[in-house]
Amino acid sequence: MLALLRIAKSIVFISSLLFVISILPTHSVYSRDTSPSSSDLGPITVRAFDTDNDAGGSITVEWDDPGYERLSGFAGFLVWRTNTLTGTSDSVEVTPFGTRTYDDRSVSDDSTYSYSVAALVNGERLMSTPSMQVRSSKQWFDGRLTWVLILGLIICGAVIYFIESAKRGTKLFLRRIAGLEAIDEAVGRATEMGRPILFVAGIQDMDDVQTIAGLTILGSIARTVAEYDTKINMPVRASLVMTAARETIKHAYVTAGRPDAYNDDMVHYVTDEQFGFVAAVDGIMVRERPAACFFLGAFFAESLIMAETGNSIGAIQVAGTAMPAQLPFFVAACDYTLIGEELFAASAYLSGEPRQLGSLKGADVGKAIAMIVILVGVIATTIASAWNSESMLWIENLLRQMFSTG
Amino acid sequence: MGLIISAVVIGGGLLWMLYLSIKGQDVDRRIVYVFVGATVALAIIFRLEFGEVATPIVKSVFDKIENLPAGSKIVLSYDFDPAMAPEVNPMANAFIRHILEKKHRLYFMSLWATGQSLLSVSLNDVLKPEFPDAKYGVDYCNLGYKAGNEGVLNVVITNFRKMFPSDANGNSLDSLPMFKDVESLKDMDLLISVGGGKPGVKEWILFAGDPGKVAMAGGSAAVSAPLLYPYWPRQLIGLLGGTKGAAEYEAELIKTYPRFKDKSMPALRMMGPQTMAHVVIIAFIVIGNVAYFRSRKKGGQL
Amino acid sequence: MKRQIPMLILSAVGTLLVVSVFIPSARHWQEDASLYFDIIAVFAFFLGGGNLIRVHAEKVSRKSAGWIYSVVTLLGFGIMLVTGLFKIGNPNGIAGDISQAGSYFQLLFQYVMSPLNSTMYALLAFYVASASYRAFRAKNTEATILLVAAFVILLGRTALGVLLTNWIPAQFSVLQVPNLAIWIMNAPNLAGQRAIMIGISLGVISMSLRLLLGIERSYLGGDN
Repeated sequence: MLALLRIAKSIVFISSLLFVISILPTHSVYSRDTSPSSSDLGPITVRAFDTDNDAGGSITVEWDDPGYERLSGFAGFLVWRTNTLTGTSDSVEVTPFGTRTYDDRSVSDDSTYSYSVAALVNGERLMSTPSMQVRSSKQWFDGRLTWVLILGLIICGAVIYFIESAKRGTKLFLRRIAGLEAIDEAVGRATEMGRPILFVAGIQDMDDVQTIAGLTILGSIARTVAEYDTKINMPVRASLVMTAARETIKHAYVTAGRPDAYNDDMVHYVTDEQFGFVAAVDGIMVRERPAACFFLGAFFAESLIMAETGNSIGAIQVAGTAMPAQLPFFVAACDYTLIGEELFAASAYLSGEPRQLGSLKGADVGKAIAMIVILVGVIATTIASAWNSESMLWIENLLRQMFSTG
Repeated sequence: MGLIISAVVIGGGLLWMLYLSIKGQDVDRRIVYVFVGATVALAIIFRLEFGEVATPIVKSVFDKIENLPAGSKIVLSYDFDPAMAPEVNPMANAFIRHILEKKHRLYFMSLWATGQSLLSVSLNDVLKPEFPDAKYGVDYCNLGYKAGNEGVLNVVITNFRKMFPSDANGNSLDSLPMFKDVESLKDMDLLISVGGGKPGVKEWILFAGDPGKVAMAGGSAAVSAPLLYPYWPRQLIGLLGGTKGAAEYEAELIKTYPRFKDKSMPALRMMGPQTMAHVVIIAFIVIGNVAYFRSRKKGGQL
Repeated sequence: MKRQIPMLILSAVGTLLVVSVFIPSARHWQEDASLYFDIIAVFAFFLGGGNLIRVHAEKVSRKSAGWIYSVVTLLGFGIMLVTGLFKIGNPNGIAGDISQAGSYFQLLFQYVMSPLNSTMYALLAFYVASASYRAFRAKNTEATILLVAAFVILLGRTALGVLLTNWIPAQFSVLQVPNLAIWIMNAPNLAGQRAIMIGISLGVISMSLRLLLGIERSYLGGDN
């Protein structure tokens, strides 16, 4: 109870502090004081250095203002550049009020430069002494992404480790995914009823990984469809998806030993227009009354329109998407829904191939890292703000640094 | 008067539905559709309107535009199609009014092919008649649509001219005075994307606002707004979510600039039908639960 | 061979693009890849357009069921294509902006396509109602919590929420329905969304690795 009181007190204290800080004037709201003259002020100090973590061709210039901005005739700072190899000088920028830094992106890595900054007061240029000579250069590695690389390597390493371990025969547990278990049942039902199945691989193009995930599941479904000799209808919104899906289904028919039953028109292009596509899919559902509908891929506002229409015709519906905003609609209107990562796990699950299953186990390591970091972060932040603990603040800052790319 | 008639008609019908569900009868989906249609129609016919107050997430966008110094550079991207337009176009129009009223410089563009035509409608219906003094190339310009989705942002974050050698009318960017000191999106003071699909606000945050360290605001269809909350308030200074967000912005605009009171403010008008539709949905959820408990009592399944 | 080459292209381009994220001077590779994809996608439009014409022309020629709708589709496709391509009626001629006020393309867009699109989108109002009616039932504890949250959000998104609870004093303003709705969106909803997003991101990493390593081949039709 006492601890809670302390936390509450800390929150009130921090809020008050933030409020006081927020109402303090900053340099950009200085009132312009006309009393000092430019001769009373000291020189402007200029620093120029190669811009960090870039591809070269950029120098950052920073300067301190001894008080010129407060003079009544102040019009801005002029950044003046001298190419010390050729001896040529030119002005590169007049910065607006309140700005004390400039990123010069018009330099060459082959030259050296020196910068001066002039305060423009009443039409006069009050020039600083030049900065040290500087040369821009490119960096081979973006240092801000070190932690991203480390974490990425750990997760990818874990995925590869579990793939290798699965290849060696280690048994891996995978929880049951009801939506995928239902695929055979849905296709079987369509066969019994003599009705087609409808497959929609989302409304995005092949550059969306969700579309690829949809097509990987299509491969398994198409094989069952070919074996059962059921009709499949797949309207698509993007031409590249059409060609890829045709290849997928064609190969499934060949694998099932029924290449003659395959027909290119099983997959047909409708329109790139989102709601034109929805109108066409709804029309197909109402006219052909498919016994099973599969919505697997990236969906947007059309998810509910399609799923509700499918529900109204009494079709078995299996949906899966990684669009969090559409998941509630699919859950409400479909019989089975693959939620987020389940969509990506589906092909591994369906194939049962150890190498693919291993990759799922690897991703679990990422989840474990995320959970531990969240837990540690919450505890460290709470303790740091409640008891001003230096060590906890250090942990908090470390975690911020790890997950920041700025 | 309109409210009373609507309440009697709809309320009476709903009570009848409740009675039927207590008696154990299920409600057909088509009856739900009739009620929603009738409610929205009555609210439109009787012009039901309710007052709106800006919530912090909307107010922060308004305050940002309000407090930027005159002449600030703002990008407004039309990332939506005609389907979404009734919901998000009012936001775009409200932004145009506010930005030009504050004498900022407005750069239009679109990542959706259909956005360009909708942008053209806004220019002809809002910008030109309401701001006749605004000069093309000085106060506003239209870059139009460019294919490539977020790939476009990947390029313009470092160089506008590489992706847009000319504006939508074929003028070279260098011939437009407002592009004199603009090299990339990083030179902007505020980026606003109005949309609801992909590419939309999220892609603008990931590919422009965040890497370019430029303030970013958004307007989104209600259905995709929850996806954007994780970015607020650090990567997104504020968000207008659906008709409600647009109506709040319009209300704030009228409060601050009463001269806009006579202008078309569709989001505020749409909140009447939306409110009534929500009430009907709530009523049907209650009816559905009554029917459910009734059927459970009987030992049946629904 | 037919499947080895695409897999090789995928592995090579994918690996290069992942590496380019960490090398400042290679970042433009991502832009270039996006541009190449767009160029290929534009050419693929001919495939899609061609398929559309072929499927519907066949329906018309065979007079199969509903062939008249195929005529409408073909006419719509042809008219929009011709008015857009040749900028018919465009006050600025062939060099003008395609969406120039007064051009036939813009007129068709504004007065035919826009209302049709909005109509389809508006169906959501009806479907949300019927889906909510079916889904929000207090079947168990979790469903009841979901039901209560839905109530608060629905009320909070309308002026009715303000009207019902604006009598609550300012010090307890968090209990006003609109504020409760914002809290639900910002706290529990946000936490859930983030958890799902983390799961999705890890799923994407795992799937991408399978693709890059050539383990995942079912999108190419096969043999997994």
